[in-house]
Amino acid sequence: MSTLGVVVQVVLLIVVAPYLVGVMRQVRARLEGRAGAGAGQPWRDLRKLFRKEPMSPAGSSWVFVAAPAVLVASTLVIAAVSPFVATVSPLDGVADLFAVVALLLLGTVALALAGLDTGTAFGGMGASREMTVAALAEPTILLAGFALSARVGSTNLSAIVERGQQSPGAVLSPATLLAAVALAVVVVAEAGRLPVDNPSTHLELTMIHEAMVLEYAGRDLALVEFASALRLTVLLGLWANLFLPWGVATTASAPALLLGVVAFVAKVAVLGAVLAAGEVFMAKLRLFRVPELLAGSFLFGVLAVSSSFFLA
Amino acid sequence: MSIGWALVGVLVIAGLGALGAVATGSRGRALVAGVSTAGVGVFGVLAGVSALGGEAFSKTIPQLLPLSEVTVTVDALSGLFCALIGGVAVIAGLYNIGYSDGHGSRTGQSLLPLFVAAMILVPAAGNVTTFLVLWEVMALVSLMLVLAEHRLRPSVRDAGVWYAAMTHAGLVAILLGLVLFASKAGGESFTALRDADLSTTTRSVIFVLVFVGFGSKAGMVPLHVWLPRAHPEAPSPVSALMSAAMVKLGLYGVLRVGLDLLGGGPRWWWLLVLVAGGVSALFGVLQASVAVDLKRLLGYSTTENMGLILLGVGAGGMFAADGNRTLGSLLIAAGLLHALNHAGFKTLLFLGAGSVLRATGLRDLDRLGGLVSRMPATTALFGVGALAAAALPPGNGFVSEWLLLQGLIHGLPGADAVVAVAMPLAVGVVALTAGLGVATFVKAFGTGFLARPRSEEAAGAKESPRTMRFAMLVAAAVCAGLAISPASLGPALTRVLEALPTVRDGSPLEGGVTLRLTGIAGSISPVLILAGLFVAGLLVVVLVRRGLPRRESLVWGCGGTRLDPRMEYTATSFAEPLTRVFDDVLRPEHDVDVTHHAESQYLIESVRYRQRVDDRVEAALYPPVLAAGNKLGAVLSRLQNGSVHRYLALGLGGLIVVLVVVGLTA
Repeated sequence: MSTLGVVVQVVLLIVVAPYLVGVMRQVRARLEGRAGAGAGQPWRDLRKLFRKEPMSPAGSSWVFVAAPAVLVASTLVIAAVSPFVATVSPLDGVADLFAVVALLLLGTVALALAGLDTGTAFGGMGASREMTVAALAEPTILLAGFALSARVGSTNLSAIVERGQQSPGAVLSPATLLAAVALAVVVVAEAGRLPVDNPSTHLELTMIHEAMVLEYAGRDLALVEFASALRLTVLLGLWANLFLPWGVATTASAPALLLGVVAFVAKVAVLGAVLAAGEVFMAKLRLFRVPELLAGSFLFGVLAVSSSFFLA
Repeated sequence: MSIGWALVGVLVIAGLGALGAVATGSRGRALVAGVSTAGVGVFGVLAGVSALGGEAFSKTIPQLLPLSEVTVTVDALSGLFCALIGGVAVIAGLYNIGYSDGHGSRTGQSLLPLFVAAMILVPAAGNVTTFLVLWEVMALVSLMLVLAEHRLRPSVRDAGVWYAAMTHAGLVAILLGLVLFASKAGGESFTALRDADLSTTTRSVIFVLVFVGFGSKAGMVPLHVWLPRAHPEAPSPVSALMSAAMVKLGLYGVLRVGLDLLGGGPRWWWLLVLVAGGVSALFGVLQASVAVDLKRLLGYSTTENMGLILLGVGAGGMFAADGNRTLGSLLIAAGLLHALNHAGFKTLLFLGAGSVLRATGLRDLDRLGGLVSRMPATTALFGVGALAAAALPPGNGFVSEWLLLQGLIHGLPGADAVVAVAMPLAVGVVALTAGLGVATFVKAFGTGFLARPRSEEAAGAKESPRTMRFAMLVAAAVCAGLAISPASLGPALTRVLEALPTVRDGSPLEGGVTLRLTGIAGSISPVLILAGLFVAGLLVVVLVRRGLPRRESLVWGCGGTRLDPRMEYTATSFAEPLTRVFDDVLRPEHDVDVTHHAESQYLIESVRYRQRVDDRVEAALYPPVLAAGNKLGAVLSRLQNGSVHRYLALGLGGLIVVLVVVGLTA
């Protein structure tokens, strides 16, 4: 029965991810006074792209071909091992918070190498910027993880979520709130959203993620687009369940799983809508101001750990 | 096989190999040297594995050294390092057969097996004299190996001078520390040192002295300056031996003297080790992330990894000093595991860099590229090493960094303010190091091997001979084994920790498929993560990639003409954002030369731009020391004018001073 939880979770994430992107675009469109294409548009785009042949730029290698598969695979592994819908899972103990962070980084690296492999200035530029942002975000993630796990005594994600459900007051503790702010900045940076990166730009001065994937077409592009939607969902889902753990199933029974699914969809949809609404009022930061933002979030991480010790 | 016979095998094969390489002509020399080096390595591994299996060995040969005796003692701690060095030697020896084929110098080739033998015997030394003699033999032989190619590049000589000076400064520190230790303990065998009853001040002086010495061998900042010079300039198999194996003996020294012979000591010792490790890790990775010379990048990455290892050992020693053996043993086990992992992937990476150097004559990443289609096997194997060095799953570096982080974050409950401040900062350092390490190796692999070649040399590269590829394959297999089954090393690591009296505490890690920690709720399963990635990747390929064939297309050139390789991103441009972010620490030098047209000031003929990132620690600390040394030398040179009478007078004066001192103190 607990295996069912894993299957439900993976299938749910695969289905929901493109809709999340659709909802966010729709929210944004409405706030900007446009009609919008509807929440289903990303799925329609993906269907179209999946029917088109993949293209490799001349002179590129197997790295370019393999990168989208690695990116999707690393994100799918995260989708399987993290507690999005249920904390009881046969895969619990396979990967903890640190391993999930490292798997996310693996996907980033695959795409960065593909960007360099195309041999274009755009690909290299995107790879260089993406790796800089990823490198500087790393300390914040691990420190926020430290603050969260100090309370529980373990970096196991299910343990952190379950502890959050048992003692709701702890969610409002200074350590957790500071960690939430720190991680929120990092989620925005890792998902490539404003103000760090603009997913809808194609202007060379501002591109990060889009510059890396510029040479992808057809099915490859579909995989890359799908993977970035899935990563966004995974990141928002992790943030939601670490700081708002309610609704996550702690038993493998059907009603609990159903509740878990509903709670997950609701949480991610609300967070996505909030993020999209925030983006309407925000401009992209200059690239060399991004490290300052990340340094600020690192400071929040340090404060979170210190307060988990000194205010415990 | 017993440890004693394995050590005899090490000596005999090293001697025969050295003589054989001297006697052989240039055609067979690399083969003789390579095979004997690998043979020495095999015996080293055998000795090490027996010791890790629980066998102990001790032997005293009184007649061999004047005024002292030779003592050889092998326990599990020695065994780990014998096995590590032996393993690296087997791979480097095999690689040498193809790498030095036909052009290896007589000195360089014949010293190779001796270098390995000296390194294997250092951890087997059982008294101070034996240890110091072997340590110095190792240093001298490695110095000559660094200088092997001095006729080809003038920079080799410079590297040799730096290495000679630093390694001897380190030796002086170790010598002072151990001689002080032996004289206060009243005996020089390690058993006597272990039982000595010394005051805390004496112990602290000894520890700081030996830590400085061993730290310089391990490439600690600010004593690291020789490392990014000597490791790149040595022939590649020697680079691998030095960077993967020799620096680990610095770690051995810290563990042996600090935790075994001195028996732990107060907390500030280990805080010192932790801080030195953290600073080295950060500085090393920062320099590596902006380096454009592939072997220099790998050298700085060695400083980084040794820093991480010492950070783990320092934190472990701190917890052990507080009586928390669970965390102490976990962190030291993490350090030891990272030492093994680093030996595996750094061997692979240096050999990969050597293959590139042999095929193109280049170490400059800005001029490489396009090797993925020209040297496919080398590229793939270097990729495996880079994945491990970047500490990403499913590489082996990830497992030991994970263990390190687990140890660091569980120290908080029940800690005091020092630990509560030190641990979060240590986690931040490890995390930033990991992040920058990923960027470093994406740069090394992405600009060095992928895309299109940036120079004619890179365009004309040919794949390496079979023996070199085989050696790298063995190294990659070792990395894979360490990555998939770290838990199988649990029993061996437990035995090693038993040699450290203040740390030993059951087995720190256990489990089969899933790696579990004892006393701490934490687990990962490297095998299942790898399997998950494989299955998910396969599903993606099968479900999505079927049917439509792949088509080759032109690269988007912004509507312009076809792209030129000069328009590609280079290693320098890749690292530019990081250079800019860490501007205050790195202080890069920019030179812009604008040449104007002869006819008019307003027309520009050419613009030259050059950027260099020097080692800032070196630039700040070493010139004053060197200037003071020169000044002292100039003063002292007045004492000698070449006259025999002057020297006789100096000798007489010295004798009188000694007699007066002895008369006063006796």
